[in-house]
Amino acid sequence: MPKVKVPRKSTTVDMTAMCDVAFLLLTFFMLTSNFVAKEPIVVAIPSSVSEFKIPERDIATVLIDKDGKVFFGLDTQQDRKEVLDNVGKAYSIAFSEKELIEFSKIGSSGVPIEKMKAFLALKPEARDSKDAAIGIPADSLNNQFRVWMKTARQVNRNLRLAIKADSETPYKVIKSVMTTLQDINENRYNLITSLKEVSTK
Amino acid sequence: MAEMQVEDKGKKGKKPKQKKHATRVDLTPMVDLGFLLITFFMLTTSMLKPQTMEISVPSKDKVEEDEQNKVKASQAITVLIGKENKLYYYFGAQENGVDPELILTDYSSEGIRKMLVSKNAEVMNNVNQLKLDKANRKVSDEEYRQKLTDYKAAKSAPTIVIKAADESNYKNLVDVLDEMNICNIGRYAIVDITPYDLGLIDKKTPPAK
Repeated sequence: MPKVKVPRKSTTVDMTAMCDVAFLLLTFFMLTSNFVAKEPIVVAIPSSVSEFKIPERDIATVLIDKDGKVFFGLDTQQDRKEVLDNVGKAYSIAFSEKELIEFSKIGSSGVPIEKMKAFLALKPEARDSKDAAIGIPADSLNNQFRVWMKTARQVNRNLRLAIKADSETPYKVIKSVMTTLQDINENRYNLITSLKEVSTK
Repeated sequence: MAEMQVEDKGKKGKKPKQKKHATRVDLTPMVDLGFLLITFFMLTTSMLKPQTMEISVPSKDKVEEDEQNKVKASQAITVLIGKENKLYYYFGAQENGVDPELILTDYSSEGIRKMLVSKNAEVMNNVNQLKLDKANRKVSDEEYRQKLTDYKAAKSAPTIVIKAADESNYKNLVDVLDEMNICNIGRYAIVDITPYDLGLIDKKTPPAK
């Protein structure tokens, strides 16, 4: 009896469709994504039931870590440049164009203004070290944070303020930041939190 | 798609027959590359935007007018945020030299929330009804917002004064503000803690042995 001939099938699968899908997804992710901004410190934000999303543009972020160090960040490079230039002027420190461009690449910074030049001269890798994260002085004796905030408001009138503080931050620090903001008539701001489910029953 | 049929038109023998090359390309490496990039983008992006809680504080000039005194002492509930995650509240204020009773509570739903919900029952009922109506599409978005503000501003609603001690932490503050949202409280203020309030807490705390 003759055997039934099994027709030989090629084992190669057409990858075209899969390739299409992969690149479609890739395009989707590239268009919808915004990169995780690098922050100089790790902040564990508290959770709340608030469902308001933070607006996408014109945000000034005040980062406060649990030791009470204050960092200040802006979302556009143009703003960052102008703000540093103006803050420098307020403390009669002139920053070169190169330093301004270097600064505009940093998301949020926490360096006292007198150390800013040295900080910008560092290599980008060296800036991430723990020693570089000093925090902007925000006490009543030397309130550089106030100057930063005021300058930022002058540079960009539509700026919205977001406070991102660690859950463990002592209230004392928060209070001093809030008082500073109140002093310069910044009366509306957002507290950044993560979402928590809650029942009202 | 990637393969194209190269048909020879069957013209006989003038040119030497060229060998037929398959134009099919192996797309596997390209797919690999595609997925590699997808993985990269998925891991580096933040799709979730963080939530925010919007607060407005009175401007400095108003504070100087002594806003705090405008709050009717009899209607106010003072919430004190103490150290070590302790939470206290009292009703009203000191009257005729008699201290209000300070009550120790906590951040759970059985603690401060229960008290706030019971004090704010009328508004809570209204708001819940409103939310139900909205879910059933009985009210428009515009109406919903309007009514929500109206309900929250009701006369019967309590006024909460939040006072945080320096030793309390940020999470405590956010938790209390959160309770204000959950319990639909429209009128609340964050005020500096006074020595009087600290004294009340001290009296309440049993002396360490």
